[in-house]
Amino acid sequence: MFRLNLALFAILLGCALGGVSAQHEARQKFGQLQDEQMRAKRLDEEWGRLQLEQSTWAMHSRIEQIAVKYLHMQVPTPDRIQMVAPDERVRAASATGVGR
Amino acid sequence: MKQVGSMPLRVQSWRARLILALLLIWLLALLGRAAYLQGWNNEFLRQKGDARYSRVIEISATRGMITDRWGEPLAISTPVESVCAIADEVEVAPAMRSRLAQALGMDEKELRQKLAKRQGFVYLKRQLPPEVAAGVMSLKIPGVFLQREYRRYYPAGEVLAHVLGFTGADDIGQEGVELAYQDWLVGTPGSKRVIKDNHGDIIEDVESIRAPHLGRDLELSIDRKIQYLAYRELKTAVEQNRAKAGSIVVLDAKTGEVLAMANQPSYNPNNRIDLTGSKTRNRAITDLYEPGSTMKPFAVGTALEIGLVTPDTVIQTAPGTLQIGPATIHDAEKEGALTVTQVIQKSSNVGVSKIILQVKPEVYWNYLRAAGFGSTPGLNFPGEATGKLRPYKTWRPIEQATMAFGHGLSVSLLQMARAYMAFTNNGEIKPVTLVKNRASVPGKQVFSAEVANEVKSMLEKVVLPGGTALRAQVPSYRVAGKTGTAHKVDPNGGYSKDKYIASFIGFAPASNPRLIVAVMVDEPSAGQYYGGQVAAPVFSRVMGSALRMLGVPPDAPVNNVMLPADGAEEVPESL
Repeated sequence: MFRLNLALFAILLGCALGGVSAQHEARQKFGQLQDEQMRAKRLDEEWGRLQLEQSTWAMHSRIEQIAVKYLHMQVPTPDRIQMVAPDERVRAASATGVGR
Repeated sequence: MKQVGSMPLRVQSWRARLILALLLIWLLALLGRAAYLQGWNNEFLRQKGDARYSRVIEISATRGMITDRWGEPLAISTPVESVCAIADEVEVAPAMRSRLAQALGMDEKELRQKLAKRQGFVYLKRQLPPEVAAGVMSLKIPGVFLQREYRRYYPAGEVLAHVLGFTGADDIGQEGVELAYQDWLVGTPGSKRVIKDNHGDIIEDVESIRAPHLGRDLELSIDRKIQYLAYRELKTAVEQNRAKAGSIVVLDAKTGEVLAMANQPSYNPNNRIDLTGSKTRNRAITDLYEPGSTMKPFAVGTALEIGLVTPDTVIQTAPGTLQIGPATIHDAEKEGALTVTQVIQKSSNVGVSKIILQVKPEVYWNYLRAAGFGSTPGLNFPGEATGKLRPYKTWRPIEQATMAFGHGLSVSLLQMARAYMAFTNNGEIKPVTLVKNRASVPGKQVFSAEVANEVKSMLEKVVLPGGTALRAQVPSYRVAGKTGTAHKVDPNGGYSKDKYIASFIGFAPASNPRLIVAVMVDEPSAGQYYGGQVAAPVFSRVMGSALRMLGVPPDAPVNNVMLPADGAEEVPESL
């Protein structure tokens, strides 16, 4: 009887310690989850900022200004554009197109 | 207990029993109280216990992003930090204060004034980028702390200001898409109960009180590149012509999607000081004007549809005037006998009046209604104008005639652009939309496909020699369209003599239209005022660039450039 009680007591102790360590581990894991969620949120916010930054730098008016001012580029006038028909369908369309 | 004496013992044993009884009663009372607190009335203690470690925290939800049809961001909410202070808790040495002012990027005197108020909470500086805010916090000044807020940025700035609108305080849309799609975009913050340890870290989620509802992203039908082009060309035209205002709308000719919509004057939505109603109005949608000759195709389409005329029916327009009751209709040029096609090409008021006067008012009214005049275009946009189309029962003949050339009724530019879809989409008008990926909606058949194509061919002649809009031509594409030049309605009654609205509505490539571009310039006052001179060049530049950008194959001979020489003169349009 005493031996049985002793064995049961040992098992009880083991279960109790297991419970404590499981709880501890759960809290640790939960803490990690919290950290990762925070990180995800921070990265998400940073992504938004970067998108904003990119689209600000890539504003069409800014690109155009730089192209014209610093790189001295210009939009070609129609008489300097040579269209090349890419395939048969287009060539057929241009051939039958009403002349202007 | 052992008895030691004789006399005092009797007394002691009596006392001992009393003490024992008292102790027992006390014990029972304690047990009862304990059982009561833990068994019957346990709520109170539980609450007290929870209050030591459980907290309700807010879960923030950001407003959805607005993008163009290719996913380019047009409106983004990003977190910003506001630096606040509890003024009477802030104890700073002057040296520290100047460092704080420097970190905040503000004047030290101003900072001193703010801190001197001594009335608790003050904002030192609102909406700083997080880096700057972190710099401020690294000074570790007691009483200074950060508050997180979300700010909405519009990278396209004034180019898209009218379409997007803006949000006010608390993320509530005030104008434009931000207002129209408020329910879709808005995020509602949630809250949950958590357990915190003594470091303030969350160690367990207990329950979710309210799930956060993230704002959904919205993909517009707008194409940012075409939008920029349209805005740039419109702005140039409005400046060159010293006009009061102007609008431009670019529609997909098949689906009714709005690819671009811009107005002048505009404003910068990222910096909204001195905003006035005249700047924030999305004129293309909210403002009404008398469309002038751009209405003529609908009169001719009606006549074709009911079999009254064919494109080659000859109409006598001599002597260039038409007397209806006491009123007289004038043509700018005396033209003589014209075919119906030439009536459109040369924009003859007399010709189109003679045609429409043979149509029953009810029939004409029905076609105008079907084309969307006098009803909202259905964008669900705030302030969307309906336009004025009077009931046919009240029409007099002169009014029916003037309506045929676009007077006596009012439209918004979007309505006009939408109505022209009848000619680009085989007679069917699809509902217009600002949002991409909408399920394909059935349109409304206004004209039969044959009539739509007949009118389309007539409109092609308008930009050819002999027409009113040579400047609308686009190299290597076949273009069709119609000019409109209208005297403005005078607020004091009648029409203003020297104030005009110049417009051009057209589409290309004519063989299989892809885009509709509608341009309207309000009060051009630099000399030129005809739609063919003021609005058509804008159309040509926007259409040409947009078609090339979309990679639409040319449908006209590519080596044969036919731009008018500088001196070329259009046929002046009838007003």
